[in-house]
Amino acid sequence: MSESTSKTQQITLAKGINLGLRRALEDNPKVLLMGEDIGKLGGVFRVTDGLQKDFGDSRVIDTPLAESGIVGTAVGLALSGYRPVVEIQFDGFVFPAFDQIVTQVAKMHARALGTVKMPIVIRMPFGGGIGAVEHHSESPEAYFAMTAGLRVVAASNPVDAYWMIQQAIASDDPVVFFEPKRRYWDKAELDTSADPYPLYASRVLREGTDATLVAYGPMVKTCLEAAAAAAEEGRSLEVIDLRTLSPLDLEPVYASVRKTGRLVTVHEASVFLGMGAEVAARVTEKCFYSLEAPVMRVGAPHTPYPPSRVEEEFLPDLDRVLDAVDRAFAF
Amino acid sequence: MVTSRKGAGGKTAAKKKAAAVPTAPDLVQLLTPEGDLIEHPEYSIDLTPEEYRGLYRDMVLVRRIDAEGTALQRQGELGLWAPLLGQEAAQVGSGRAQTAEDYAFPTYREHGVAWCRDVDPVNLLGMFRGVNNGGWDPNEKNFHLYTIVIGSQTLHATGYAMGMQRDGREAAVIAYFGDGASSQGDVNEAFVFASVNNAPVVFFCQNNQWAISEPNERQFRVPLYQRAAGFGFPGVRVDGNDVLACLAVTRAALERARSGNGPMLVEAFTYRMGAHTTSDDPTRYRDSDELEEWKAKDPIQRMRSFLEKNDYADEAFFKGVDDEADEVAADIRARCVSMPDPKPVSIFDHVYAEPHPLMDEERAEYGAYWESFEGAH
Repeated sequence: MSESTSKTQQITLAKGINLGLRRALEDNPKVLLMGEDIGKLGGVFRVTDGLQKDFGDSRVIDTPLAESGIVGTAVGLALSGYRPVVEIQFDGFVFPAFDQIVTQVAKMHARALGTVKMPIVIRMPFGGGIGAVEHHSESPEAYFAMTAGLRVVAASNPVDAYWMIQQAIASDDPVVFFEPKRRYWDKAELDTSADPYPLYASRVLREGTDATLVAYGPMVKTCLEAAAAAAEEGRSLEVIDLRTLSPLDLEPVYASVRKTGRLVTVHEASVFLGMGAEVAARVTEKCFYSLEAPVMRVGAPHTPYPPSRVEEEFLPDLDRVLDAVDRAFAF
Repeated sequence: MVTSRKGAGGKTAAKKKAAAVPTAPDLVQLLTPEGDLIEHPEYSIDLTPEEYRGLYRDMVLVRRIDAEGTALQRQGELGLWAPLLGQEAAQVGSGRAQTAEDYAFPTYREHGVAWCRDVDPVNLLGMFRGVNNGGWDPNEKNFHLYTIVIGSQTLHATGYAMGMQRDGREAAVIAYFGDGASSQGDVNEAFVFASVNNAPVVFFCQNNQWAISEPNERQFRVPLYQRAAGFGFPGVRVDGNDVLACLAVTRAALERARSGNGPMLVEAFTYRMGAHTTSDDPTRYRDSDELEEWKAKDPIQRMRSFLEKNDYADEAFFKGVDDEADEVAADIRARCVSMPDPKPVSIFDHVYAEPHPLMDEERAEYGAYWESFEGAH
């Protein structure tokens, strides 16, 4: 195949989002990017690299360093017909904007009885594992998922990153878009001519028969590695990438659990009131007679994210996942 | 050496009273409390007698609508009402300064601005009655929904102005807020965003002296309008009980914004004659002397004196306006009490703009449960 007709390319997850944003900016003049350092610098993770140069500083806006201001002005821009894509530099810095997101972004459509829409995307790198200082490694997704009016998704790989960001921008509802920062440099083949997988759908990434692993964002890769390791030990694990946290798409999970009888949920956020709790409750309601063991939940202890020298122990890894699988089988 | 601090705290705090905000503000006034026109070096007003009468009529009707809101609350038809009593000139003056293309972002007390924007007053009652949380289409009259969280809307206004700027529209945005809101981060962030973007937005602060029970000196030490200088745009204090000055200053500020000269802060120095809301009791925290002092500066009486002194209106006109006010109030009352309660399942209708499986699931579940009761909706 010649270079010119080839539509596949090797990209990183960060590049996937970059290309998705680029395509959205090209396709719709109403799309704007807003955030701190997203212009010349290209963002602290270079996700917006080169976009201000090509689309100008009135569409790729370096904002003042004020998160509530960024989201609050995005609300006004959305009301005036724009589709702002906001970058929050790090998960732990979203809280000054939390008020605007929860009281305004999430509720405006309902408050106006449907007469206005809030097509805002709030992008946020999340999760740990990069040896950072405090506030740079958090997993605040459940705060947003429990807020009615918001949609919440998490990409786990470069191909999804490319499509999901475009689908989120096309959504007429506000979307909080979580990017697994420690996977920004993972690579995959992207075929831009392929049909995208739907945004609000979970996806079986590896089929298995003995137990089901459910994860999203950075833990998807961990689960795939755990499944590969388990296979060597003769255990067949199915791996499902949730992809969407609100709405949840659990039909594939129910189908899987009816087949395997065992479920382990995995995320970096705390086990206590984490997304796994909702998944476990719903699976228990829907698949009660199929379960061979209680749903096992793998996640963080209920502590602040620790200093980075301890994060290796703090974060779920292959061993913790397989330990939970073992406990499910021992039951 | 350690000295006991027991008992000293209260005394020290009392002695260290904050420097008071100047009591005789350097304010723009075009109409004295006695109803005489005066000159101002920067701002002027020249209206036809009909226009002057129009401003008077607006203020009387707005005060009557407001009184009806309070009455409806007292009679249990509204759960709450936020009266604008005393702030008619600030709202009508700034409201009539706007063109149809301009866009207003109100707090929850801008009933007078809503009137000027031709918003049906009944729309304002829905949230206070508890049948919706606003519910009108903001784009119909370019009048945004009432915002309850203090100061949030100033950022929305700034963002909207940034949108207008990008669209090249010849219009401006006006953001309403109060003296209490000036302490909010969002308001100060709005000043920053508007300034660095040169956004066409006018920040209109009705300084009614009281943030529920907290007076100005609990919010700021520098007069509010002076704060604008630190953000890089002009600020002006206007007599908020002078409808002509409010109109002239807001017109100039909006025109300035429309012509690409960026934001401006207008501080309308006024007084909340009533309670913060119908749930409040101002007798617990302020003197009746203060109220009496401000009564002498009443915005409506001032305009009436002006009309009378200049023979711009006769008794028949004043009586006509009063009669019209009663008719408007009666109409609002009738339509308020006949507002139906929403159907419980309607709470699922507009949470999301696009289909959402959890909404469908819960609508079905709760709907069936609620329907299972006899006499259900």
